[in-house]
Amino acid sequence: MKENTTILRVENLHVFYGGIHALKGISLEVQAGKIVALIGANGAGKSTALRTISGLVRPREGMVRFLDQDITGEASHRVVELGVVMVPEGRKIFPNLTVMENLFLGGYTRRDLEGIKKDLEWIFTLFPRLQERTWQKGGTLSGGEQQMLAVARALMSRPRLLMMDEPSLGLAPLLVREIFHIIEALNQQGVTILLIEQNAKAALEVAHYGYVLETGKIALQGEGKQLLSDERVRKAYLGED
Amino acid sequence: MTWTTFFQQLMNGVSVGSLYALLAIGYTLVYGILGLINFAHSDVFMLGTYFAFFMIGIFLLPWWISVLIGVGLCALVGVTIERVAYRPLRNAPRISALITAVGVSFFIENLGLVTVGARPKGFPRPELMKNVYFIAGARIQGVTFWVPLISIAVLLVLFYLVYRTKLGMAMRAVSKDMETTRLMGVNVDRVILYAFALGSALAGIGGVLWACKYPQINPLMGIFPGWKAFTAAVVGGIGNVVGAMIGGFIIGLAEIMIVAFFPNLTGYRDAFVFALLIIFLLVKPSGIMGETLKEKV
Repeated sequence: MKENTTILRVENLHVFYGGIHALKGISLEVQAGKIVALIGANGAGKSTALRTISGLVRPREGMVRFLDQDITGEASHRVVELGVVMVPEGRKIFPNLTVMENLFLGGYTRRDLEGIKKDLEWIFTLFPRLQERTWQKGGTLSGGEQQMLAVARALMSRPRLLMMDEPSLGLAPLLVREIFHIIEALNQQGVTILLIEQNAKAALEVAHYGYVLETGKIALQGEGKQLLSDERVRKAYLGED
Repeated sequence: MTWTTFFQQLMNGVSVGSLYALLAIGYTLVYGILGLINFAHSDVFMLGTYFAFFMIGIFLLPWWISVLIGVGLCALVGVTIERVAYRPLRNAPRISALITAVGVSFFIENLGLVTVGARPKGFPRPELMKNVYFIAGARIQGVTFWVPLISIAVLLVLFYLVYRTKLGMAMRAVSKDMETTRLMGVNVDRVILYAFALGSALAGIGGVLWACKYPQINPLMGIFPGWKAFTAAVVGGIGNVVGAMIGGFIIGLAEIMIVAFFPNLTGYRDAFVFALLIIFLLVKPSGIMGETLKEKV
Protein backbone atom coordinates (compact mmCIF):
# COMPACT_ATOMS: atom_id res chain seq x y z
CA MET A 1 0.00 0.00 0.00
CA LYS A 2 1.24 3.48 -0.83
CA GLU A 3 2.39 5.77 1.90
CA ASN A 4 0.05 8.60 2.79
CA THR A 5 -3.07 6.92 1.50
CA THR A 6 -5.92 7.46 3.89
CA ILE A 7 -7.40 4.07 4.74
CA LEU A 8 -9.82 5.12 7.45
CA ARG A 9 -11.87 8.27 7.30
CA VAL A 10 -14.36 9.21 9.99
CA GLU A 11 -16.56 12.19 9.29
CA ASN A 12 -18.77 14.12 11.65
CA LEU A 13 -19.63 11.14 13.85
CA HIS A 14 -22.48 11.61 16.33
CA VAL A 15 -23.23 8.83 18.81
CA PHE A 16 -25.86 8.73 21.53
CA TYR A 17 -26.14 6.33 24.46
CA GLY A 18 -29.74 6.69 25.47
CA GLY A 19 -30.00 10.43 26.06
CA ILE A 20 -26.27 11.02 26.39
CA HIS A 21 -24.55 12.65 23.48
CA ALA A 22 -21.28 10.69 23.65
CA LEU A 23 -19.65 11.77 20.40
CA LYS A 24 -20.44 15.23 19.11
CA GLY A 25 -19.32 15.21 15.53
CA ILE A 26 -15.77 13.92 15.49
CA SER A 27 -13.75 13.57 12.32
CA LEU A 28 -10.44 11.79 11.98
CA GLU A 29 -8.21 10.06 9.48
CA VAL A 30 -5.76 7.20 9.58
CA GLN A 31 -3.14 6.82 6.88
CA ALA A 32 -1.63 3.56 5.77
CA GLY A 33 1.46 2.48 7.68
CA LYS A 34 1.01 5.01 10.47
CA ILE A 35 0.34 4.91 14.19
CA VAL A 36 -2.45 7.29 15.11
CA ALA A 37 -3.22 7.95 18.75
CA LEU A 38 -6.51 9.11 20.18
CA ILE A 39 -5.98 10.44 23.68
CA GLY A 40 -8.24 11.98 26.24
CA ALA A 41 -9.59 11.64 29.76
CA ASN A 42 -11.95 8.98 31.00
CA GLY A 43 -15.36 9.40 29.43
CA ALA A 44 -14.13 11.64 26.64
CA GLY A 45 -15.54 9.18 24.09
CA LYS A 46 -12.41 7.35 22.99
CA SER A 47 -13.83 3.85 23.40
CA THR A 48 -17.12 4.93 21.87
CA ALA A 49 -15.26 6.06 18.77
CA LEU A 50 -13.57 2.67 18.34
CA ARG A 51 -16.75 0.78 19.13
CA THR A 52 -18.59 2.76 16.49
CA ILE A 53 -15.94 2.07 13.87
CA SER A 54 -16.11 -1.65 14.81
CA GLY A 55 -19.85 -1.71 14.29
CA LEU A 56 -20.70 -2.50 17.91
CA VAL A 57 -22.44 0.87 18.25
CA ARG A 58 -24.49 2.60 15.58
CA PRO A 59 -23.93 6.28 15.01
CA ARG A 60 -26.88 8.60 14.71
CA GLU A 61 -25.11 10.76 12.21
CA GLY A 62 -21.88 10.81 10.29
CA MET A 63 -19.87 8.39 8.24
CA VAL A 64 -17.10 5.84 8.57
CA ARG A 65 -15.22 4.96 5.39
CA PHE A 66 -12.59 2.27 5.11
CA LEU A 67 -10.67 1.87 1.85
CA ASP A 68 -13.37 3.60 -0.18
CA GLN A 69 -16.13 1.52 1.37
CA ASP A 70 -18.85 2.97 3.52
CA ILE A 71 -18.85 0.84 6.68
CA THR A 72 -21.11 3.08 8.76
CA GLY A 73 -23.32 0.89 10.96
CA GLU A 74 -22.06 -2.28 9.27
CA ALA A 75 -22.25 -5.52 11.31
CA SER A 76 -19.10 -6.16 13.34
CA HIS A 77 -18.22 -9.42 11.65
CA ARG A 78 -18.34 -7.69 8.25
CA VAL A 79 -16.04 -4.93 9.50
CA VAL A 80 -13.56 -7.58 10.66
CA GLU A 81 -13.78 -9.35 7.30
CA LEU A 82 -12.82 -6.08 5.63
CA GLY A 83 -9.72 -5.92 7.82
CA VAL A 84 -10.58 -3.53 10.64
CA VAL A 85 -9.86 -5.39 13.86
CA MET A 86 -10.06 -4.22 17.45
CA VAL A 87 -8.16 -5.35 20.52
CA PRO A 88 -10.83 -4.65 23.12
CA GLU A 89 -10.29 -2.85 26.37
CA GLY A 90 -9.55 -5.20 29.25
CA ARG A 91 -8.09 -7.80 26.85
CA LYS A 92 -11.22 -9.98 26.83
CA ILE A 93 -9.44 -13.27 26.38
CA PHE A 94 -11.78 -16.26 26.23
CA PRO A 95 -10.94 -17.90 29.57
CA ASN A 96 -12.57 -21.22 28.67
CA LEU A 97 -10.63 -21.64 25.42
CA THR A 98 -7.00 -22.63 25.13
CA VAL A 99 -4.39 -20.15 23.94
CA MET A 100 -4.38 -21.95 20.60
CA GLU A 101 -8.16 -21.78 20.30
CA ASN A 102 -8.08 -18.09 21.14
CA LEU A 103 -5.62 -17.59 18.29
CA PHE A 104 -7.67 -19.68 15.86
CA LEU A 105 -10.76 -17.70 16.77
CA GLY A 106 -8.82 -14.55 15.91
CA GLY A 107 -8.35 -16.01 12.43
CA TYR A 108 -11.99 -17.07 12.19
CA THR A 109 -12.69 -15.22 8.95
CA ARG A 110 -9.80 -16.88 7.12
CA ARG A 111 -9.89 -20.02 5.02
CA ASP A 112 -6.22 -20.32 3.99
CA LEU A 113 -4.83 -22.96 6.31
CA GLU A 114 -1.29 -22.50 5.02
CA GLY A 115 -1.39 -18.78 5.68
CA ILE A 116 -2.78 -19.36 9.16
CA LYS A 117 0.09 -21.73 9.96
CA LYS A 118 2.61 -19.20 8.69
CA ASP A 119 1.08 -16.44 10.76
CA LEU A 120 1.12 -18.63 13.84
CA GLU A 121 4.87 -19.02 13.41
CA TRP A 122 5.25 -15.27 12.95
CA ILE A 123 3.21 -14.63 16.07
CA PHE A 124 5.24 -17.07 18.12
CA THR A 125 8.44 -15.26 17.13
CA LEU A 126 6.81 -12.02 18.28
CA PHE A 127 5.47 -13.57 21.48
CA PRO A 128 7.58 -16.60 22.38
CA ARG A 129 5.86 -16.82 25.76
CA LEU A 130 2.58 -17.75 24.08
CA GLN A 131 4.16 -20.71 22.35
CA GLU A 132 5.01 -22.25 25.73
CA ARG A 133 1.38 -21.93 26.75
CA THR A 134 -0.54 -23.04 23.66
CA TRP A 135 -2.55 -25.73 25.47
CA GLN A 136 -3.24 -23.69 28.57
CA LYS A 137 -6.66 -22.16 29.08
CA GLY A 138 -6.73 -18.43 28.40
CA GLY A 139 -8.02 -17.74 31.89
CA THR A 140 -4.85 -19.11 33.49
CA LEU A 141 -2.53 -16.54 31.86
CA SER A 142 -1.15 -13.54 33.72
CA GLY A 143 -2.38 -10.05 32.85
CA GLY A 144 0.63 -9.31 30.68
CA GLU A 145 0.38 -12.62 28.85
CA GLN A 146 -3.32 -12.02 28.27
CA GLN A 147 -2.55 -8.66 26.68
CA MET A 148 0.01 -10.33 24.41
CA LEU A 149 -2.58 -12.95 23.51
CA ALA A 150 -5.19 -10.27 22.80
CA VAL A 151 -2.82 -8.55 20.37
CA ALA A 152 -1.71 -11.85 18.84
CA ARG A 153 -5.32 -12.95 18.44
CA ALA A 154 -6.17 -9.76 16.56
CA LEU A 155 -3.11 -10.18 14.32
CA MET A 156 -4.31 -13.66 13.32
CA SER A 157 -6.93 -12.03 11.11
CA ARG A 158 -4.23 -10.19 9.14
CA PRO A 159 -5.70 -6.77 9.95
CA ARG A 160 -5.27 -3.89 7.57
CA LEU A 161 -6.07 -1.59 10.47
CA LEU A 162 -5.44 -2.66 14.04
CA MET A 163 -7.35 -0.68 16.65
CA MET A 164 -6.19 -0.96 20.24
CA ASP A 165 -8.32 0.13 23.17
CA GLU A 166 -6.14 0.99 26.17
CA PRO A 167 -3.54 -1.74 25.69
CA SER A 168 -1.50 -0.58 28.69
CA LEU A 169 -4.40 -0.47 31.14
CA GLY A 170 -3.74 -2.37 34.36
CA LEU A 171 -0.25 -3.51 33.40
CA ALA A 172 2.92 -3.09 35.45
CA PRO A 173 5.25 -0.29 34.18
CA LEU A 174 7.73 -2.76 32.75
CA LEU A 175 5.00 -4.46 30.76
CA VAL A 176 3.64 -1.14 29.60
CA ARG A 177 7.01 -0.41 28.05
CA GLU A 178 7.04 -3.84 26.43
CA ILE A 179 3.58 -3.31 24.94
CA PHE A 180 4.63 -0.01 23.38
CA HIS A 181 7.74 -1.68 21.98
CA ILE A 182 5.50 -4.28 20.40
CA ILE A 183 3.25 -1.57 18.95
CA GLU A 184 6.26 0.10 17.34
CA ALA A 185 7.65 -3.22 16.11
CA LEU A 186 4.32 -4.16 14.54
CA ASN A 187 4.12 -0.81 12.86
CA GLN A 188 7.61 -1.24 11.43
CA GLN A 189 6.41 -4.52 9.95
CA GLY A 190 3.73 -2.56 8.15
CA VAL A 191 0.68 -2.76 10.42
CA THR A 192 -1.40 0.41 10.57
CA ILE A 193 -2.50 1.17 14.12
CA LEU A 194 -5.19 3.32 15.68
CA LEU A 195 -4.42 3.49 19.37
CA ILE A 196 -6.43 4.92 22.21
CA GLU A 197 -4.75 5.52 25.51
CA GLN A 198 -5.01 7.30 28.80
CA ASN A 199 -1.25 7.05 29.01
CA ALA A 200 -0.91 10.08 26.76
CA LYS A 201 2.86 10.42 26.98
CA ALA A 202 3.66 6.87 25.95
CA ALA A 203 1.06 6.98 23.19
CA LEU A 204 2.21 10.26 21.68
CA GLU A 205 5.83 9.15 21.80
CA VAL A 206 5.12 6.29 19.39
CA ALA A 207 2.37 7.96 17.35
CA HIS A 208 2.91 9.69 14.04
CA TYR A 209 -0.26 11.65 14.49
CA GLY A 210 -2.55 12.29 17.41
CA TYR A 211 -6.01 13.53 18.26
CA VAL A 212 -7.06 14.87 21.65
CA LEU A 213 -10.65 14.09 22.54
CA GLU A 214 -12.52 16.20 25.10
CA THR A 215 -16.14 15.46 26.05
CA GLY A 216 -17.00 14.03 22.69
CA LYS A 217 -15.17 16.55 20.52
CA ILE A 218 -11.75 16.71 18.93
CA ALA A 219 -10.04 19.50 20.88
CA LEU A 220 -6.62 19.31 19.28
CA GLN A 221 -4.77 17.41 16.64
CA GLY A 222 -1.29 17.29 15.22
CA GLU A 223 1.83 15.22 14.83
CA GLY A 224 2.72 13.15 17.86
CA LYS A 225 5.85 15.11 18.82
CA GLN A 226 4.10 18.39 18.23
CA LEU A 227 1.27 17.44 20.61
CA LEU A 228 3.78 16.26 23.20
CA SER A 229 5.25 19.71 23.38
CA ASP A 230 1.91 21.51 23.19
CA GLU A 231 1.25 23.65 26.26
CA ARG A 232 -2.36 22.54 26.72
CA VAL A 233 -1.58 18.86 26.31
CA ARG A 234 1.26 19.10 28.81
CA LYS A 235 -1.00 20.72 31.38
CA ALA A 236 -4.06 18.56 30.95
CA TYR A 237 -2.66 15.13 30.14
CA LEU A 238 0.97 14.92 31.09
CA GLY A 239 0.61 16.42 34.56
CA GLU A 240 3.21 19.12 33.99
CA ASP A 241 2.83 22.82 34.51
CA MET B 1 -33.06 -58.18 44.46
CA THR B 2 -31.29 -60.64 42.22
CA TRP B 3 -28.31 -59.78 40.07
CA THR B 4 -30.29 -60.13 36.86
CA THR B 5 -33.08 -57.77 37.92
CA PHE B 6 -30.46 -55.29 39.09
CA PHE B 7 -28.74 -55.53 35.73
CA GLN B 8 -32.04 -55.05 33.95
CA GLN B 9 -32.81 -51.98 36.03
CA LEU B 10 -29.31 -50.64 35.46
CA MET B 11 -29.75 -50.93 31.70
CA ASN B 12 -33.14 -49.34 32.00
CA GLY B 13 -31.70 -46.42 33.98
CA VAL B 14 -28.89 -45.91 31.47
CA SER B 15 -31.45 -45.99 28.70
CA VAL B 16 -33.74 -43.38 30.28
CA GLY B 17 -30.72 -41.36 31.35
CA SER B 18 -29.31 -41.20 27.84
CA LEU B 19 -32.62 -39.73 26.66
CA TYR B 20 -32.55 -37.10 29.39
CA ALA B 21 -28.98 -36.38 28.34
CA LEU B 22 -30.00 -35.80 24.71
CA LEU B 23 -32.74 -33.43 25.76
CA ALA B 24 -30.66 -31.69 28.44
CA ILE B 25 -28.02 -30.69 25.89
CA GLY B 26 -30.52 -28.47 24.10
CA TYR B 27 -31.41 -26.63 27.30
CA THR B 28 -27.79 -26.17 28.21
CA LEU B 29 -26.65 -24.99 24.76
CA VAL B 30 -29.27 -22.28 24.62
CA TYR B 31 -28.86 -21.29 28.25
CA GLY B 32 -25.09 -21.15 27.87
CA ILE B 33 -25.36 -18.73 24.97
CA LEU B 34 -28.44 -16.62 25.67
CA GLY B 35 -29.05 -17.13 29.39
CA LEU B 36 -32.55 -18.23 28.42
CA ILE B 37 -34.45 -21.31 29.55
CA ASN B 38 -36.03 -22.47 26.32
CA PHE B 39 -39.29 -23.92 27.60
CA ALA B 40 -40.36 -24.77 24.08
CA HIS B 41 -37.55 -27.30 23.88
CA SER B 42 -39.67 -30.09 25.34
CA ASP B 43 -42.31 -29.40 22.71
CA VAL B 44 -39.78 -29.76 19.92
CA PHE B 45 -39.09 -33.17 21.46
CA MET B 46 -42.80 -33.97 21.10
CA LEU B 47 -42.96 -32.58 17.56
CA GLY B 48 -40.15 -34.92 16.52
CA THR B 49 -42.31 -37.94 17.29
CA TYR B 50 -45.30 -36.55 15.39
CA PHE B 51 -43.23 -35.57 12.37
CA ALA B 52 -41.85 -39.11 12.20
CA PHE B 53 -45.30 -40.57 12.89
CA PHE B 54 -46.87 -38.74 9.96
CA MET B 55 -43.98 -39.47 7.62
CA ILE B 56 -44.47 -43.16 8.33
CA GLY B 57 -48.27 -43.18 8.50
CA ILE B 58 -49.24 -40.76 5.75
CA PHE B 59 -46.29 -40.61 3.37
CA LEU B 60 -45.51 -44.31 3.95
CA LEU B 61 -41.80 -43.66 4.08
CA PRO B 62 -39.40 -46.17 5.62
CA TRP B 63 -38.90 -45.77 9.36
CA TRP B 64 -35.32 -44.52 9.32
CA ILE B 65 -35.96 -41.99 6.58
CA SER B 66 -39.06 -40.72 8.37
CA VAL B 67 -37.07 -40.25 11.54
CA LEU B 68 -34.32 -38.39 9.71
CA ILE B 69 -36.86 -36.06 8.10
CA GLY B 70 -38.52 -35.59 11.49
CA VAL B 71 -35.22 -34.65 13.08
CA GLY B 72 -34.49 -32.22 10.26
CA LEU B 73 -37.91 -30.62 10.70
CA CYS B 74 -37.21 -30.28 14.44
CA ALA B 75 -34.04 -28.35 13.67
CA LEU B 76 -36.08 -26.13 11.38
CA VAL B 77 -38.69 -25.54 14.08
CA GLY B 78 -35.96 -24.67 16.60
CA VAL B 79 -34.42 -22.17 14.22
CA THR B 80 -37.83 -20.66 13.48
CA ILE B 81 -38.60 -20.27 17.18
CA GLU B 82 -35.31 -18.44 17.71
CA ARG B 83 -35.81 -16.22 14.70
CA VAL B 84 -39.44 -15.33 15.38
CA ALA B 85 -39.77 -15.38 19.16
CA TYR B 86 -36.37 -14.92 20.79
CA ARG B 87 -34.23 -12.79 18.49
CA PRO B 88 -36.48 -9.73 18.67
CA LEU B 89 -36.05 -9.91 22.46
CA ARG B 90 -32.27 -10.37 22.45
CA ASN B 91 -31.70 -7.07 24.24
CA ALA B 92 -34.92 -7.08 26.26
CA PRO B 93 -34.91 -7.89 29.99
CA ARG B 94 -34.47 -11.58 30.69
CA ILE B 95 -37.92 -11.96 32.16
CA SER B 96 -39.55 -10.94 28.86
CA ALA B 97 -37.66 -13.66 27.03
CA LEU B 98 -38.58 -16.18 29.72
CA ILE B 99 -42.28 -15.35 29.50
CA THR B 100 -42.05 -15.59 25.71
CA ALA B 101 -40.47 -19.03 26.03
CA VAL B 102 -43.37 -20.20 28.20
CA GLY B 103 -45.76 -18.68 25.66
CA VAL B 104 -44.14 -20.50 22.74
CA SER B 105 -44.35 -23.74 24.70
CA PHE B 106 -48.08 -23.33 25.41
CA PHE B 107 -48.65 -22.32 21.82
CA ILE B 108 -47.06 -25.47 20.40
CA GLU B 109 -48.78 -27.74 22.92
CA ASN B 110 -52.20 -26.28 22.24
CA LEU B 111 -51.63 -26.20 18.52
CA GLY B 112 -50.95 -29.92 18.86
CA LEU B 113 -54.14 -30.50 20.87
CA VAL B 114 -56.19 -28.64 18.26
CA THR B 115 -54.67 -30.25 15.18
CA VAL B 116 -53.88 -33.85 16.10
CA GLY B 117 -56.07 -34.14 19.18
CA ALA B 118 -55.38 -35.19 22.74
CA ARG B 119 -55.92 -38.89 22.15
CA PRO B 120 -52.59 -40.76 22.28
CA LYS B 121 -51.43 -42.42 19.11
CA GLY B 122 -49.43 -45.61 18.88
CA PHE B 123 -45.93 -44.98 17.63
CA PRO B 124 -44.67 -47.58 15.16
CA ARG B 125 -41.38 -49.19 16.19
CA PRO B 126 -38.91 -50.93 13.92
CA GLU B 127 -38.29 -54.65 14.47
CA LEU B 128 -34.88 -53.87 15.88
CA MET B 129 -36.44 -52.22 18.92
CA LYS B 130 -38.89 -55.04 19.54
CA ASN B 131 -36.26 -57.80 19.65
CA VAL B 132 -35.40 -59.34 22.99
CA TYR B 133 -31.79 -60.00 23.94
CA PHE B 134 -30.40 -62.17 26.68
CA ILE B 135 -27.27 -60.62 28.15
CA ALA B 136 -25.59 -62.29 31.15
CA GLY B 137 -28.81 -64.12 31.88
CA ALA B 138 -30.86 -60.93 31.97
CA ARG B 139 -33.72 -60.39 29.56
CA ILE B 140 -33.09 -57.06 27.84
CA GLN B 141 -35.57 -55.49 25.46
CA GLY B 142 -34.31 -54.18 22.13
CA VAL B 143 -35.16 -50.60 23.05
CA THR B 144 -33.31 -50.77 26.34
CA PHE B 145 -30.29 -51.96 24.47
CA TRP B 146 -30.36 -49.77 21.37
CA VAL B 147 -31.60 -46.49 22.82
CA PRO B 148 -28.51 -45.81 24.96
CA LEU B 149 -26.20 -46.99 22.18
CA ILE B 150 -27.73 -44.66 19.62
CA SER B 151 -27.87 -41.81 22.15
CA ILE B 152 -24.23 -42.21 23.09
CA ALA B 153 -23.21 -42.28 19.43
CA VAL B 154 -25.16 -39.06 18.88
CA LEU B 155 -23.59 -37.48 21.97
CA LEU B 156 -20.12 -38.36 20.70
CA VAL B 157 -20.88 -36.60 17.42
CA LEU B 158 -22.09 -33.61 19.41
CA PHE B 159 -18.95 -33.46 21.54
CA TYR B 160 -16.87 -33.61 18.40
CA LEU B 161 -18.85 -30.67 17.00
CA VAL B 162 -18.56 -28.61 20.17
CA TYR B 163 -14.93 -29.31 21.05
CA ARG B 164 -13.23 -30.00 17.73
CA THR B 165 -14.80 -27.79 15.08
CA LYS B 166 -14.66 -24.12 14.24
CA LEU B 167 -18.39 -23.76 14.83
CA GLY B 168 -18.12 -25.42 18.26
CA MET B 169 -15.26 -23.12 19.16
CA ALA B 170 -17.39 -20.13 18.19
CA MET B 171 -20.27 -21.49 20.29
CA ARG B 172 -18.07 -21.83 23.34
CA ALA B 173 -16.72 -18.33 22.75
CA VAL B 174 -20.20 -16.81 22.35
CA SER B 175 -21.29 -18.42 25.61
CA LYS B 176 -18.52 -16.55 27.44
CA ASP B 177 -18.52 -13.20 25.71
CA MET B 178 -20.84 -12.37 22.84
CA GLU B 179 -19.42 -8.96 22.05
CA THR B 180 -15.78 -10.04 21.89
CA THR B 181 -16.80 -12.97 19.71
CA ARG B 182 -18.28 -10.46 17.27
CA LEU B 183 -14.93 -8.65 17.25
CA MET B 184 -13.31 -11.89 16.08
CA GLY B 185 -15.34 -11.68 12.89
CA VAL B 186 -17.87 -14.30 13.97
CA ASN B 187 -21.43 -13.87 12.77
CA VAL B 188 -22.93 -14.40 16.22
CA ASP B 189 -26.54 -14.52 15.04
CA ARG B 190 -25.68 -17.40 12.78
CA VAL B 191 -23.87 -19.26 15.57
CA ILE B 192 -26.97 -18.90 17.74
CA LEU B 193 -29.15 -20.29 14.95
CA TYR B 194 -26.83 -23.29 14.64
CA ALA B 195 -27.03 -23.83 18.40
CA PHE B 196 -30.82 -23.91 18.20
CA ALA B 197 -30.73 -26.22 15.18
CA LEU B 198 -28.34 -28.59 16.93
CA GLY B 199 -30.24 -28.63 20.23
CA SER B 200 -33.58 -29.11 18.47
CA ALA B 201 -32.25 -31.94 16.31
CA LEU B 202 -31.07 -33.70 19.47
CA ALA B 203 -34.50 -33.15 20.99
CA GLY B 204 -36.04 -34.70 17.89
CA ILE B 205 -33.80 -37.75 18.12
CA GLY B 206 -34.57 -37.97 21.83
CA GLY B 207 -38.29 -37.77 21.13
CA VAL B 208 -38.26 -40.57 18.60
CA LEU B 209 -36.18 -42.81 20.86
CA TRP B 210 -38.48 -41.97 23.76
CA ALA B 211 -41.44 -42.99 21.62
CA CYS B 212 -39.71 -46.29 20.88
CA LYS B 213 -39.45 -46.88 24.59
CA TYR B 214 -42.95 -45.63 25.50
CA PRO B 215 -44.83 -46.00 22.20
CA GLN B 216 -47.78 -43.77 23.03
CA ILE B 217 -47.47 -40.22 21.75
CA ASN B 218 -49.61 -37.21 22.61
CA PRO B 219 -49.15 -33.43 22.34
CA LEU B 220 -48.29 -33.06 26.03
CA MET B 221 -45.82 -35.91 26.17
CA GLY B 222 -42.82 -33.57 26.22
CA ILE B 223 -43.67 -31.81 29.45
CA PHE B 224 -42.37 -34.29 32.03
CA PRO B 225 -39.30 -35.49 30.15
CA GLY B 226 -38.60 -31.82 29.49
CA TRP B 227 -38.72 -30.84 33.14
CA LYS B 228 -36.55 -33.77 34.08
CA ALA B 229 -34.01 -33.02 31.37
CA PHE B 230 -33.96 -29.43 32.55
CA THR B 231 -33.28 -30.77 36.05
CA ALA B 232 -30.48 -32.85 34.56
CA ALA B 233 -28.99 -29.75 32.96
CA VAL B 234 -29.07 -27.90 36.28
CA VAL B 235 -27.63 -30.85 38.20
CA GLY B 236 -24.81 -31.15 35.67
CA GLY B 237 -24.14 -27.41 35.68
CA ILE B 238 -26.27 -25.45 33.26
CA GLY B 239 -24.34 -24.11 30.30
CA ASN B 240 -21.93 -27.04 30.38
CA VAL B 241 -22.41 -29.66 27.66
CA VAL B 242 -20.54 -32.46 29.42
CA GLY B 243 -22.39 -31.61 32.63
CA ALA B 244 -25.75 -31.95 30.87
CA MET B 245 -24.83 -35.47 29.79
CA ILE B 246 -23.65 -36.48 33.25
CA GLY B 247 -26.76 -34.91 34.79
CA GLY B 248 -28.97 -36.85 32.37
CA PHE B 249 -27.47 -40.17 33.35
CA ILE B 250 -27.65 -39.32 37.06
CA ILE B 251 -31.33 -38.38 36.86
CA GLY B 252 -32.22 -41.40 34.74
CA LEU B 253 -30.38 -43.86 36.97
CA ALA B 254 -31.63 -42.27 40.19
CA GLU B 255 -35.22 -42.33 39.00
CA ILE B 256 -35.13 -45.99 37.94
CA MET B 257 -33.13 -47.17 40.95
CA ILE B 258 -35.38 -45.53 43.50
CA VAL B 259 -38.25 -47.53 42.05
CA ALA B 260 -36.18 -50.71 41.84
CA PHE B 261 -34.95 -50.58 45.42
CA PHE B 262 -38.03 -49.08 47.05
CA PRO B 263 -41.01 -50.36 45.06
CA ASN B 264 -43.47 -48.79 47.48
CA LEU B 265 -42.06 -45.33 46.59
CA THR B 266 -42.97 -45.78 42.92
CA GLY B 267 -45.60 -43.04 43.17
CA TYR B 268 -42.91 -40.57 44.25
CA ARG B 269 -40.75 -41.19 41.23
CA ASP B 270 -41.25 -37.73 39.72
CA ALA B 271 -41.27 -35.99 43.08
CA PHE B 272 -37.89 -37.52 43.80
CA VAL B 273 -36.34 -35.99 40.67
CA PHE B 274 -37.67 -32.54 41.47
CA ALA B 275 -36.56 -32.87 45.09
CA LEU B 276 -33.10 -33.44 43.65
CA LEU B 277 -33.48 -30.23 41.65
CA ILE B 278 -34.40 -28.27 44.76
CA ILE B 279 -31.51 -29.78 46.73
CA PHE B 280 -29.04 -28.88 44.01
CA LEU B 281 -30.38 -25.35 43.69
CA LEU B 282 -29.97 -24.92 47.45
CA VAL B 283 -26.64 -26.66 47.96
CA LYS B 284 -24.74 -26.39 44.68
CA PRO B 285 -26.61 -24.16 42.25
CA SER B 286 -23.67 -24.17 39.83
CA GLY B 287 -24.10 -27.93 39.37
CA ILE B 288 -21.53 -30.68 39.12
CA MET B 289 -19.47 -29.31 36.22
CA GLY B 290 -20.44 -25.67 36.49
CA GLU B 291 -18.07 -22.97 37.59
CA THR B 292 -19.17 -20.54 40.23
CA LEU B 293 -21.13 -17.98 38.32
CA LYS B 294 -19.82 -14.47 38.22
CA GLU B 295 -22.40 -11.86 37.51
CA LYS B 296 -21.69 -10.40 34.08
CA VAL B 297 -21.02 -6.69 34.21
